[in-house]
Amino acid sequence: MRVVIAEDLALLRDGLIRLFEAHDFEVVTAVDNAQTLLQELETKDADIAVLDVRLPPSFTNEGLMAAVEIRRRRPSFPVLVLSQYVEQLYAKELLASGQGAIGYLLKDRITDVKAFVEAVQQVADGGTVLDPQVVSSILSRAQREAPLERLTEREREVLALMAQGRSNAAIAARLFVSEKAVGKHTNSIFTKLDLPLAADDNRRVLAVLAYLHAD
Amino acid sequence: MWGDRGLRRVPLLRFDEEGLVDRGRIWLLELAHVVLAVPCMVFFVFIVVGWPTATVLAGLLLLYLAVPAAAQLGRLHRYLAGAALRQPVEVPDYKQSKLTGLAAVWSRPWTWLQDSRRWLDLAFMAFASTGGFVMSLVVVSLPAGVIAHVVLALVFRNPWWLLPISLEMALWWILTPVLSMVRAITTLAMYGNTLTAQLERRVAAVAESRAESIDHSAAEIRRIERDLHDGAQARIVSLGMNIGLAEQLLHRNPEAAAALLAEARQATTDALEDLRGVVRSIHPPVLADRGLTGAVEALAVQLALPVRLSADLPGPIPAPIETAVYFAIAEALANVVKHAGAQRAWVTLALREGRLRAEIGDDGVGGAVLGSGSGLAGVARRLRAFDGTLVIDSPAGGPTSVIVEVPCASS
Repeated sequence: MRVVIAEDLALLRDGLIRLFEAHDFEVVTAVDNAQTLLQELETKDADIAVLDVRLPPSFTNEGLMAAVEIRRRRPSFPVLVLSQYVEQLYAKELLASGQGAIGYLLKDRITDVKAFVEAVQQVADGGTVLDPQVVSSILSRAQREAPLERLTEREREVLALMAQGRSNAAIAARLFVSEKAVGKHTNSIFTKLDLPLAADDNRRVLAVLAYLHAD
Repeated sequence: MWGDRGLRRVPLLRFDEEGLVDRGRIWLLELAHVVLAVPCMVFFVFIVVGWPTATVLAGLLLLYLAVPAAAQLGRLHRYLAGAALRQPVEVPDYKQSKLTGLAAVWSRPWTWLQDSRRWLDLAFMAFASTGGFVMSLVVVSLPAGVIAHVVLALVFRNPWWLLPISLEMALWWILTPVLSMVRAITTLAMYGNTLTAQLERRVAAVAESRAESIDHSAAEIRRIERDLHDGAQARIVSLGMNIGLAEQLLHRNPEAAAALLAEARQATTDALEDLRGVVRSIHPPVLADRGLTGAVEALAVQLALPVRLSADLPGPIPAPIETAVYFAIAEALANVVKHAGAQRAWVTLALREGRLRAEIGDDGVGGAVLGSGSGLAGVARRLRAFDGTLVIDSPAGGPTSVIVEVPCASS
């Protein structure tokens, strides 16, 4: 797997490179700003881009803008956005295109190396991985929203884990139920949210979107 | 109401069309003053007669008629003078009688008696119907003199009658702005409304709000210090201890070392969480990223009820004002969620005539007040440091709106 990295703090950039190389990822290029990253992506081939939200020159949300721009140029190119803080608004903007292969995580999550590498893998495979903090803030809001109101408590749990990018097997392990039972829950979620029949991956993304757009 | 220049700026010795228009306006103003002198005189007499006879019903009736009327006349004169001088006018409130019902009939004159502003009204009625009246009358009647001399010249067929006209015209031209200005300044000075008095009040208000904001920032710094000390700092200390222990155990007991390292990792996450909380309380990152509109949008997205945001901000807002207004909106929206029981809320942001105005409304139960110790009272205190205001309009049964206004020169 080939990774490109945009992170302005050298300490974190080197840490990420070391972490990826330790897990047999190839770091194609690691840069300290979004503009160079966009240029590098024009010429070099990669499977996923990992970006920090705050990058030079203005240190606001260049990384987020760059992620949206990458996706505009290359729809469904996997992008993982890392940040010191998460905003529901930003998650909504990242997912606005309706395609998967998006990750949005707190930098803290890197410390759980195994889970982080899994998340990178999932995004590269076209999955959607949202930080648990984003998910829980949506959940607390979603209690009284119309389409999500129809979901049972259990289905909401499954949806929350889906939003964090977990596979049915992982959800089953987490909730101590069989994979078949999880499959039943996900199908029921798709039906209740009126999601069209399509490839399972895409429906999962749409379910998460329904979750985010509930307003 | 008045032209581009106030009375102080009207040139005395320049003869042009603009000067003539100014004098026309002044003449009308002084005509109004002459007419108003009649009720001023009447109410002055009423009040003077009313007080000694207040013990009988007739005197009381005179007072009830004349005292409020004198207050209104005084107010009108002040606004006219303020407009003519192009100077802001402040009208302070009168003392209010606390009694109601039948007792108020007696207690109200008693309150009037003790209110120095009421006596100021009386003094002004006297001025407006004597000295002020004469000043205005001179301005009004000098053109009448011109007409009279033209008529006399025509009637007696003697051109010598026309001789005083140029003198009268010149006198009128010069005296009109002078007398009107003296009268207007006197009016405002009698009511303690000179520029100096206004500045004194302003300085007192600024000194007070500065003291408040210094208190506030000192308290904020103490809170941040405490948050860091009890939160992130403590966690990093425990992190160091865990790693140190794990280092020692690495060879003797690798399993225990692994458990300690896992704990250490969790501690870093908690420390970061604490730091994020502190950062948010100082300056929310999304505000730095997106400015006020984006930050309020991010706030709205997180709430459990739909919030409609309409923003009309042409440019970036100065950072300190932006932060203060952001926290005001955040506090108001938090109150909507906690207390209003609303179905919908809305936020409007606009910058007009150098004032940033934010309105936070909801369709909830209403009855919100700016109680001392409430979050909004703290917000209002902070806004005062920027000359800003916070007003709550929340009748029982709703809807509620909180209006925040801050003077703001957009860059």
